[in-house]
Order: sequence, then C-alpha cells, then structure tokens
Amino acid sequence: MGINWHDFFIVGNPLILGSQIAIVLTMVGIVAGITYLKKWKWLWREWLTTVDHKRIGIMYILSGVLMFFRGGVDGLLMKAQTSRPEMKFLDAQHYNEIFTTHGVIMILFAAMPLLIGLMNVVVPLQIGARDVAFPQLNALSFWLFFSGAMLFNISFVVGGSPDAGWTAYFPLAGKEFTPGIGNNYYAVALQIAGIGTLMTGINFIVTVLKMRTKGMTLMRMPMFTWTSFIASVIIVASFPIFTVALALMTFDRIFGTHFFTISGGGMDMMWANLFWLWGHPEVYIVVLPAFGMFSEVISTFSRKRLFGYNSMVFSIVGIAFLSMLVWVHHFFTMGAGPGVNSVFSITTMMIAIPTGVKMFNWLFTMRKGRIELTTAMLWALAFIPCFVIGGVTGVMLAMGAADYQYHNTLFLVAHFHYVLIPGVVFAVFAGLYYWWPKMFGHMLNEKIGKIHFWFFTIGFNLTFMPMFFLGLDGAVRRSYTYSAESGYAPLFLLSTIGAVILAIGFGALCYNIYWSARYADRNISNDPWDARTLEWATASPVQFYNFAKLPEVKSIDAFWYMKKHNEGLTLKDEEVEEIHMPSNSGLPFYMGVIFGITGFLLVFEWKLAALVATVGILAGLIIRSFDYNDGFHVHKDEIKKTEKAWRSVNKGVNNHVS
Amino acid sequence: MFKKGYLIPLLAFLPVLLLSGCNKMVVFDPKGPAARDILGLINWSLVFMLIVVVVVFGLFGYIVWKYRATSKNKDYVPPEEHGSTKLEIIWTAIPILIVIALTIPTVNTIYKLEKVPAGYEDKKPITINVTSADWKWIFSYPEQGIETVNYVNIPAGTPVKFKLTSAGTMQSFWVPALGGQKYTMNKMETQLYLTADNPGEFLGRNTNFNGKGYADMEFTVEAKSSKDFEKWVKEVKANAPKLTEKKYNELLKPTHLGRETFTGTHLAWVDHGKMNSKTYTNPELYKVHGVQGKIFKDEENNTEMNDSNGGEHNGN
Amino acid sequence: MSANVNTALPLEYQTEQNRMNILGFWIFLGAEIILFGTLFAVFSVLNARYAGGPTPKDLFEIKDVMVETILLLTSSFTCGLAIYEMRRGNRNGLLLWFIITLLLGAGFVFMEVTEFIHYVHEGATMQTSAFLSSFFVLLGTHGLHVSMGIGWATMVIIQIFKRGLTPVTARKTFIIGLYWHFLDVVWIFIFTFVYLARMVA
Repeated sequence: MGINWHDFFIVGNPLILGSQIAIVLTMVGIVAGITYLKKWKWLWREWLTTVDHKRIGIMYILSGVLMFFRGGVDGLLMKAQTSRPEMKFLDAQHYNEIFTTHGVIMILFAAMPLLIGLMNVVVPLQIGARDVAFPQLNALSFWLFFSGAMLFNISFVVGGSPDAGWTAYFPLAGKEFTPGIGNNYYAVALQIAGIGTLMTGINFIVTVLKMRTKGMTLMRMPMFTWTSFIASVIIVASFPIFTVALALMTFDRIFGTHFFTISGGGMDMMWANLFWLWGHPEVYIVVLPAFGMFSEVISTFSRKRLFGYNSMVFSIVGIAFLSMLVWVHHFFTMGAGPGVNSVFSITTMMIAIPTGVKMFNWLFTMRKGRIELTTAMLWALAFIPCFVIGGVTGVMLAMGAADYQYHNTLFLVAHFHYVLIPGVVFAVFAGLYYWWPKMFGHMLNEKIGKIHFWFFTIGFNLTFMPMFFLGLDGAVRRSYTYSAESGYAPLFLLSTIGAVILAIGFGALCYNIYWSARYADRNISNDPWDARTLEWATASPVQFYNFAKLPEVKSIDAFWYMKKHNEGLTLKDEEVEEIHMPSNSGLPFYMGVIFGITGFLLVFEWKLAALVATVGILAGLIIRSFDYNDGFHVHKDEIKKTEKAWRSVNKGVNNHVS
Repeated sequence: MFKKGYLIPLLAFLPVLLLSGCNKMVVFDPKGPAARDILGLINWSLVFMLIVVVVVFGLFGYIVWKYRATSKNKDYVPPEEHGSTKLEIIWTAIPILIVIALTIPTVNTIYKLEKVPAGYEDKKPITINVTSADWKWIFSYPEQGIETVNYVNIPAGTPVKFKLTSAGTMQSFWVPALGGQKYTMNKMETQLYLTADNPGEFLGRNTNFNGKGYADMEFTVEAKSSKDFEKWVKEVKANAPKLTEKKYNELLKPTHLGRETFTGTHLAWVDHGKMNSKTYTNPELYKVHGVQGKIFKDEENNTEMNDSNGGEHNGN
Repeated sequence: MSANVNTALPLEYQTEQNRMNILGFWIFLGAEIILFGTLFAVFSVLNARYAGGPTPKDLFEIKDVMVETILLLTSSFTCGLAIYEMRRGNRNGLLLWFIITLLLGAGFVFMEVTEFIHYVHEGATMQTSAFLSSFFVLLGTHGLHVSMGIGWATMVIIQIFKRGLTPVTARKTFIIGLYWHFLDVVWIFIFTFVYLARMVA
C-alpha cells in the first residue's frame, strides 16, 4: 500500500509543525534523561510493571494532569480564535478538530483518569484493604486507558484528527461526510480506553463488596467510597453500550456496514440515542466520585461528621438510577414528539431533587462547624455556588420547550462547563491538595495553592459566565467565528480574558507541584489535616502493604473514632503477621502496547496487519491464563522496620494546619 | 483579601444586573407567538431559579462567615450531629414542589408548540418545505411553486408550517426571534410551526454542527405583509429561472451560496424526507488534509452530485 | 488472602481470591448482558430496513438453524455434567464432558460459519443493508464469544491435565461454565427473536 508521507504526517500548518517538533524534542529529552540518570530499570520495576493500587493511581493522575494540559491548550486555542469577530487564527477545519479533541480529551482522558486515579489511591485505604480485588487487572485497566489516550493524541500529527465533535453525531462522523481517517481514531482509541474503564468498574465493585475490613459495614463506608462504588456500578451498566456504539461506528467506517449511514437503510438517530445512553450516565460517573471528595473535604475541615449521611447515600443511589432515564434530553429538538419530550423533561428535572438534598447536607455539615480555609476546603467552598449556577441552568435546560431555544447554543456550553468544572475539576483539585501528603509524603504549598485557587475560580467564572448571555443572544456552539454585526464581540473577548486567567491558575498548580516536590517539608505526620477516615491511619506516603494490621471499624469516620477513643492507634510487635502481596507483572504493559499497535493499524484501515497484531493480544491472554504466580509474603522483620520508621517520627512533627 | 462570603453573593447578582442591562437578547425579544410562549416559560423558570440561587448563596455566605475558623474560636469543638429528619424532609419537599411548578407549564408549552399558535387558528397555514444541505438552506413553496436558497419570505400574521428535512448531514433549523429549533434529518421529516406577528427581518441559522461550512450556515426570514408577499410571489414567477435537476444537483454540493431564487421546486423529483428517497452523497467532495480512508462502493454509486453524473439528469 | 482456605465449600469457592473472581465474573456477565441487550436493540430498530436487499424469508433456512440450536443447547447440558463431575472430584469425568462440550461448540461455530458463507454467496453481506449489518454483527459477536470460549477452555483443559483439580483450575472451569451457559441463553434469544420471529412474520 502506498503511503503518502505528506498526508501521513500532517504538515503545512505552523502550529502543528511546532507541536511535532516539540513532541520529538520532549521524547528525546525524556529518553536521554532517563538514560543519563540510569533510571530505566527503576522505571520498569517500580512503575511500568507495578500492580500497587497507589502507584497505578499516581500514574492515572499524572496522565490526567498531562491530558488536562493538552485539552486546556485546545481550549485556549478555541478562545484565541473566537476572541475577535472574523478572526483568522485558525481555519474552520482546525477549529473543528480542536473542539472535538478538547471535548474527548477533557471528559475521557482528563476527568476520568483523575477521578479513577484518586479512587485507586484512596478507596482501598478507606475500606482498610491492602489492594484492590484484582491488582493485575487494575494495571491492565491503566495501560489500556493510557494506550487509548496516546493513540488518540497522536491523531493531530499522524493521519488527521477526528473532527465531528466529541459527540461524533452521524451521519457527519460516517465515511459519507468525513472520508479521512480522523474519526477512526475516535472509534478505536475510545474503544481501547473504554475496555480499561469497564474493567476498573468491575474491579472496584468487587473490591468494595468483598474487601472491607472488619466492622466496615456498607453504611459505615466513607462517602468517597460510596460514590466511587456507585460510579463503578454506573460504569458497568453504561460502558457496554458505548462499546457497542463504537464497535458499530468502526464497522460503518472501516467495513462499510449501514448502522448509522444515510444510505443502505441506516439510521443516524440511533447513534445519538446510543451515545447519550452512555454519555449521560458518564456525566454522573465523573460527578459522583467528585461529590464524594467534597463530602470528605467539607467534613474534615468543618471538624464535623457529614450531615445526613443516610440521605446522602440514598440521594447518590437515586441520582445513579435517574441518570439512566434521561438521555433523550440531549436531543429534545429531534422531534421525538411531545409525549416523549414531556416524560424526559420530568425525569431530568427530578435529578435536581437528590442533588438539592446533597447541597443542603453539605451546607449543614459546615453549620456549627469550625471551618478551616485550607486550599482543599476553598475548592470545596467555591464548588457550592458555582455548581448551583450549573444546576439551576440545568433545570432550565431540562424544560423541554425552553430547551428549543437553548439547545446547541453557548448557553448549553456554559451550563455544562459550570457543572463539570466545579463538579469535577474543583473536586480533583480539592482531592489533590487533600490527599497529596498521602501519595507523596509532603504537602502542596498552601500559599501557591491559594494563588492557584483564586486565579482559577475567577478565570473560570469570567470565561463561562458571558457564554450564558451569548447563548441567549443566539450565539451557537462549535462555530469557529462570528460576524462583527452580531454584537457578540465584547462578551467573547471577556471570555478569552477569563480563559487566560484560568490558564495562569493551572500554571500555578504545575509550579506548585514542582515547588513542593523540591522544597516542601517532608517531616509531616500521617495525619496532617486531623482527618476522619482510615487512609489517614497509616503512613504518608503509604507503605506498599497499606496496613500492618488491618484496622477494625466501630463507627462512621472510623479514624476519628479511633483517635477519640484512643483505640488501635498503636502496633505491638506480636500483632505483626506476614502479609501476602501480589507480584509485579509486565503483562499489563505489554497488553497496552499491543492494543495500541493493533488500534493504530486499524485506524489506518490496514485490516490484514491489524488482524496479525491481534495474535499478539491473544498471546498475552494465553500467557496470562498460564500464569500461576501467586505473589509473595512480606516478612515480619521488614514490616516491623517499616512501621517503626513512621510511627516514631510522628511525635513532634510540624503541624501545617492553623 | 476578599472573603468568599462577600464575593459569592456579588457574583450571584451579576447575572441579574446583566439581565436587566441587555434585555435585547434575541431569546428575550420574541417576534412571534412560539417564541413568546417559550419566553414565558423561561421567565417563569428564572423566578424560581433566582429564588434557589438567592437562598443557597445567602445560606452559604452566612454559614461560611459565621462558622469560619478564627483565632478567637480556637477551643471551639463542633458538636456531634448526625442529621435532622425534619430538615431533610423540608429540603426534599421544596425541590419537589419547585419541580412540579416547573413541570406543568413545561408540558403545556411542549404540546402547545406542536400546534398552530393560539390566536391564529382561523388563518390557513401555508406550508414551506425546508431542505438543509451542506452548507445552505433550501426553501420550497409547494403551493406557490417557488424555491429559494438561504432566505425565506413568509406572510406576516399567517402560521407557517415548516416541513423540515435534510439532503445530507443532520442540522437544526432555528429562528430564535420566532421560536425554538428542530433538527432536519435525511429520510425523515420533522415539523415546526412558526408565525411572525408583524413584518420584519429575522436571522435564522443551523445550530447543529455539520462540518467545515457550519459557521456560515445562516439564512434570513423576511416576514412581509400578505399583499407584499403575494407581490413577491408574482415577481418570482415572472422573473426567476426554472429549477432543473441538474441545477439542483449543483446546489447540493458542499458549497457556500448567496441568495438564489427559482420557479418550480425540487419536490417534483425528490423529497428527502421520504424514507426511500434517493441518497445524495459524495465523499470525494469532503476530503480534508490527512490520510483518506476507503470509500465504499454504494456511497459512490448513489452520488448524483458529480458533474459527469449530473449531466445525465438535465432538465426533467 | 490465600491463607484462609475453607474446605467445607466446593473447591472453586474455597479461597477468598476465588470467591472474588467468581463474583467479578458475575458482574462481567452483567456487563455482557447489557452489551448483547444493546445489540438486540440495534437489531430491533434496523430489522426491517432491507434497502432493496434480501429479507429474512429469502435467506433463513430453519433446518440449519435448528441443528445449531441443538448443538449449542446440548453443549450447555454437557457443560453442566462437566461441572457436576468436577464437584464430585472426578477429574477424568470432568475432562471427558468438558471436551465433548467444546466439540459441540466447535460444531456450532462450524455450522454458523457455513451459514454465513452461504448468505454471502447469495449476495447478502454485512454491507448490503442495515438489516444485514445488524444481523451479522449480532450473530458474529455471539459466534466470536463462543470461539473465544473454546480457545479459553482449551487453555484450562491443558492446565487441568498438568496440575489436576486444584482450587485454581476448579475456579477457572467453573467460570467457563458460567460463561458457556450465558452464551447459551443469548443464543436462545437470538433463535427466538432473530430467526423464529422473522420467519413467522
């Protein structure tokens, strides 16, 4: 097959050329750096082959931050292009590619890994377990996600980017209207990452159901564990739908079938239905764990247990249930008929009820508390008003008839950014500041953290608040430009300024990570925030076996109870027993690589080569089937040594909280 | 430094200020009964949403301010509090009431918009077929035998029944000053009633992303008095060229066009709203930079937009 | 974890890790139900969109489909016998029934492939119409599952030969049993809604 290299590597655009050079330089730099520092073995042994849930979590978080940067650059480019009317910065085609990748990357490759990463780090600790139920499967989940993310990201320099929007509506996303291979990347890369996510869902359901420590009944689980559990249930219930939708898209695009085409009897509306049958629950997959994080942070820094724990749990379950019944509200305007639209208006508005319950429970958790304005808490506080704006505009959009005027306008764009940024990004930031010491053994700097906070929240409001008004004035989403006569220019400019401020905020976070890694005080206790849940009962950073002795739980906020009653805080030598831990494995990494290669060949429609590569996948599965490695035992002496090391420094450490 | 307790309520009132400042926003400036009905609904919801925002923001500001940690309350130990059934019932019940209050007018309006608007029942609606194509709007007047591109003239004060369909991608037909939007889809027909109260010119556009030319997919709606409308129809009939199948195939290519006017309509040979209508696609015309994938045979066979093919269909 | 072995339970349930694997697999089957449910939904939307191509009445041959059905249903029964022998601790009985199950499964796959080839020769490919696209993908997905099951079970049989009946091999066998019965149930739905309903209508 003749490859036209001029088409293969997208050339001719200075922006893309710049990125290509930057990518090559970065890769050379990384390889050279690792070689110079002789870190290859370390990288392979400690990270690439690890099955430790905390390390996998950290890798998820790092990839998430990286992808957030990529998606953010896309966002900034869009804002630059729309900063003035008739701007000539990007042409329509590039703008289309950029908003497509912005959406996909932010939802699937930034929000998801950041949340799943924190879930990985925290959930086993919160339920007093030593790992997840299937550690090697967990590693496989990560590498499949990573492989999908990388495959998707090379699209803009190799072969062409997807350009049909993150929703990839048919028939536009079909071969009839986008004959380039760009949208193959969408179908294949998301499929690979999606399989990984599905396995994460299964893994966490089993972990939470089977691996809770003694006394940790379901109704004593920390709220973050609850929300992660329910999110996992939604993952298992909704991701198979996406798997099917993407598979059918692949068939349509690569094998010429007629599922969503306009020829051959295909039905384009079916894509919209399948997509949102997954897509709406997906919103709750990312938002629910975030709610859990806010619950932890608000409760910790108000020095009070969560108000109305039971109703919080019921409201999560209610939201999860309703999330499956609202997908049509994404296309009220498709003409499904007034009966259908009415029903889905009502189910959608009903989601406001459990969400409202949660909102008031958070407020009343703070009431009569002693609210400490740490950076983590600031994020949780800012979340409440911002999310309320997202929520009320959501109710407005849920009203079918009114939606006929809001649909596909910037009003909608502003709404979902007001839901997803406070609801997910703020939560992730709160979670990072809160759990950073648990992951790395040092805190993030609070001063830089506050700079990060103020720039980001002010920038966020400035960016998206004007969009509500632009939308009501008729400005539509996904349009690469607008005329000067429209009168949109001032608000668009304001929005661009906001985006720059927001980006500075994100820069402050990156600087904070760097600064804290170099200079932050390592002499902190295992419990710097005086927190309430079990992850704080063990060392910071957490030793690989998590708990020398599995804690026993007697109440909600187990660790708080232990501190108040001075129970189970110390460890006697005779209590130490050998611990069984799973061994590292290179297989998940291999599977990620081979899935990536197969996917790449499929994207380029080299079907025979892709078929050959699937042999590699099957080989991986066979090797796994014959793998009888049962892990290893940690010796008592090693445990005693490790435990002594962190338990002895605890007296007289620096307290970072006022 | 600003305490959040002050900042957030301030932010909350920003929208209110802006709302009162720019009441010329198109959604808030309806020119027809459909848009007016929707605006009524929006205003009704805004009242409730504003109440929610004010209550939550107020409570939030009060709680954060009152219970913030200071050097003075260092020894304060927050009480152990599990919840309060009474309070929780209250804040479950109130949202339920709000949702009910919003549901009833919503459902009402949804049904209302499917019909000829109130006050115009005695007027006989005129029908206009809307066909969206990449990247233009084609309007056919079956009763008048006229076809226009990128503009549509309607008689003011007369309900117009738009029959919407698409020759290719999925689009959304929206004239915000007159009413809400609806999708146009190939081999499907959707309907939308719009009415202009008075003569005037309104902007309409596609809101559903459909590729490279999406941003410019606009059209104008001109509502004329009945007399002017009749006059315009007569003029078109007398002066405009006849629409041929060849010319129509030319129109369907993915291009940008200005205003065009024809006599006769394409409904004579194809109605894209019919389930078994012919497929008009030509992937070759949609190539962009990057590697091209395989184009499948039946898609090529169906195409009627090539110049070489178009020639065979001329003039009938 | 592997330390606490409860010998009162059946072999495959004795260790905690085994219990977790089995629960995990049940949840995976839940996801599979949704996957096949979606494919069925797609088929039910597209099943009358022939686009001028062949209809079910032109294509389907009830006799072949009946043979496929009988093969798969019988294999589900023999799979049950295999698990029964496993519970009795009879390794050879387990292997015998297990291999018979796989042979029946292979027969099913062979029949299905022949059926597909026959359709393609009649000009009914997955590119012909939306109906045929959804037909081939629904049945193909099921057939691929059966084929994967055969390959997977072969690996486990080798392991039983090498290691005998241990908690681990017993758990693997048991899980394949679950998988096999599940595929059988899916086939019953396919047989009813894809073949019978189309031929009667």
